Amino acid sequence: MEKRQVVLPTLSRVAVCGGTHGNELSGVYLVRERLKKKKVVEEEEHVSVVTVMSNPRAVQHCRRYTETDLNRCFTRATLSSPVTDKTPYEIVRSQELNSLLGPKGSPEATDLVCDLHNTTANMGLCFIAYSDRDWISLHIYRHLQRQMSGIPVRFLHFDLPLNEAYSLDSVGKHGFAIEIGPQAHGLVRSNILSAMQEGVQHMLDWVRLFNSGAQFEGGQVEVYTMVKNVDYPRDPETCGLTAAIHPQLQDRDFCLLRPNDPLFQTFSGETLKYKGTEALYPFFVNECAYYEKGIALSLARQRSVGIPSIRSEREGERGKFKSAAEEIEEEETEEEGSPIEMECEKQSGSL
Amino acid sequence: MTSISNVSCFNEARRVAIFGGTHGNEMSGITLVNLWIKNGKEIQRKGVETKPFITNPRAVEKCTRYVDTDLNRAFTTENLSAPSGDDLPYEVKRAQQINEIFGPKGSPDAYDVIFDLHNTTSNMGCTLILESSKDHFNLQMMHYIKKAIAPDSCPVLLTEHPLLKYSTSRSVAKHPIGLEVGPQPQGVLRSNIFESMRVVLKHALDFIELFNEGLEFPPCSVDVFRVWDKMDYPRDTNGNIIAMVHPNLQDCDWEPLNPGDPMFQMFDGTTVRYEGVGTVYPTFINEAAYYEKQQAFVTTRRETLVAGNCFILSLLD
Repeated sequence: MEKRQVVLPTLSRVAVCGGTHGNELSGVYLVRERLKKKKVVEEEEHVSVVTVMSNPRAVQHCRRYTETDLNRCFTRATLSSPVTDKTPYEIVRSQELNSLLGPKGSPEATDLVCDLHNTTANMGLCFIAYSDRDWISLHIYRHLQRQMSGIPVRFLHFDLPLNEAYSLDSVGKHGFAIEIGPQAHGLVRSNILSAMQEGVQHMLDWVRLFNSGAQFEGGQVEVYTMVKNVDYPRDPETCGLTAAIHPQLQDRDFCLLRPNDPLFQTFSGETLKYKGTEALYPFFVNECAYYEKGIALSLARQRSVGIPSIRSEREGERGKFKSAAEEIEEEETEEEGSPIEMECEKQSGSL
Repeated sequence: MTSISNVSCFNEARRVAIFGGTHGNEMSGITLVNLWIKNGKEIQRKGVETKPFITNPRAVEKCTRYVDTDLNRAFTTENLSAPSGDDLPYEVKRAQQINEIFGPKGSPDAYDVIFDLHNTTSNMGCTLILESSKDHFNLQMMHYIKKAIAPDSCPVLLTEHPLLKYSTSRSVAKHPIGLEVGPQPQGVLRSNIFESMRVVLKHALDFIELFNEGLEFPPCSVDVFRVWDKMDYPRDTNGNIIAMVHPNLQDCDWEPLNPGDPMFQMFDGTTVRYEGVGTVYPTFINEAAYYEKQQAFVTTRRETLVAGNCFILSLLD
């Protein structure tokens, strides 16, 4: 367990983004209601919150995207590519968002970017981030886990360097997506939207507390790190699916998948088993939008991560402490916990 | 068809079609039909020509409900008789083609039976859709299917209504049957949903085979839900939806909704209650494709229909 305390700059600018995929409606509705009730930028005592509808054109058509997936357009290469009149709408938009909330990697970037998503997979509430050592993100995650009892809260880590990080949340100094499912695209389920509203509220409450100088004790949190994707079995000629997710795997996101467990069921009724040698945790099981990306499910390892006690910089402390990035380089090795097996009951499959 | 008191005789059901992909993102029907186009052994029955057919291939290719306009609303008399031309919406041209192959709608040359396979995001289970309360052949088939899959249930939705009826792709046939299975998100294939649809179709084709072989079906009664009204979401002055289906109503398709029961939850948390006169049975609750059709759910009323003694015409000789 981390015994030291880390001091970090306050989070004076926070962005809440929705509609990055125009048919993931919880985030769309949440952003629309925030924009209606409040000013676009809320200036409060400790924080200014910007609310953004990321892909208005896709929202208007209730489609994931119009030309290309906006949430893959935030790599350094795409953000710096020259714009012509042939440039897809979403690339133009990613550069606009980078100006508004970034520039990515610069001192002017928004302190925290929270991007709201839905998934057809039974994932509960998931933080998705590129770092498993960003103490701000991990403390917010732990805060939501403690505050929210009606929905499982987890943290998914995609191990990519900043340059290659492709999603909107990578534009901020700190950032994560909040992904909630199961919810079909193109509709809103009341329990899912309520969970998202609650999650955003808890996040903003934490930010205000942090900025006002509160101290948050250290501890241990569970983190899932992405290992690999698995595609559907496909017909070699047509590339069409020849099997669907097995009924015993459907809706069992984050339930340990062991070697030889059922994975797919072919259309002729045969069971195809998981042939990997390592037991891993499935997620994004049967996510609609991933069929075209060649992903039936993704697999992750779970481990325990130690997080230090943190507080925000006080007046007069500016520049006295190392930056968050420097802290991360110097940190002690985190404790490696053993993978925790989750024998979970199959949750309701209603969507 | 000849009717003598409560006896109905029909010609053989010789030509049967199974439509998938009428909506290009409803994956169970698309997958089944493609499977059967490749190998149709499973759907073969003695004395029946069963043709699997993808009705909206362009929408299927894009995995979208439709390209220009909803194909399942396109089979109006006006559309089918419109002069053909390149400026017609894709789905209208397609409706005309389908009418030529499987119709003409309303004529003696039309296909005997068309099954139209759909998925819904609503928790409707395996719902059979009946277009006419006087279609005794269909009623007998639905009665047979319900018995075969019991104790699992198979609600029957009767879409006969002067205003709310719509011109479906299956309406080209003499005996149109819709099969609506959910819940399944658009663009997603769920094993259990796919298998349920397959089982229902198996029983439907078994019925047709038995009928053609001369089996006589005694009079029966079938409980149906007749379409009553549609309910839109509360909206603001810009037309944006400002409430969601109430958690008490979400997933409760076919369960009674009584006056005073919660119906919607506004984003500010207030509850909007059902203010109808009597109990209704809602369905198509929170169907994603119906947001643009101003339908949060459809209300129905229960009714019992009676189908007379049913057998093949050749038995009368």
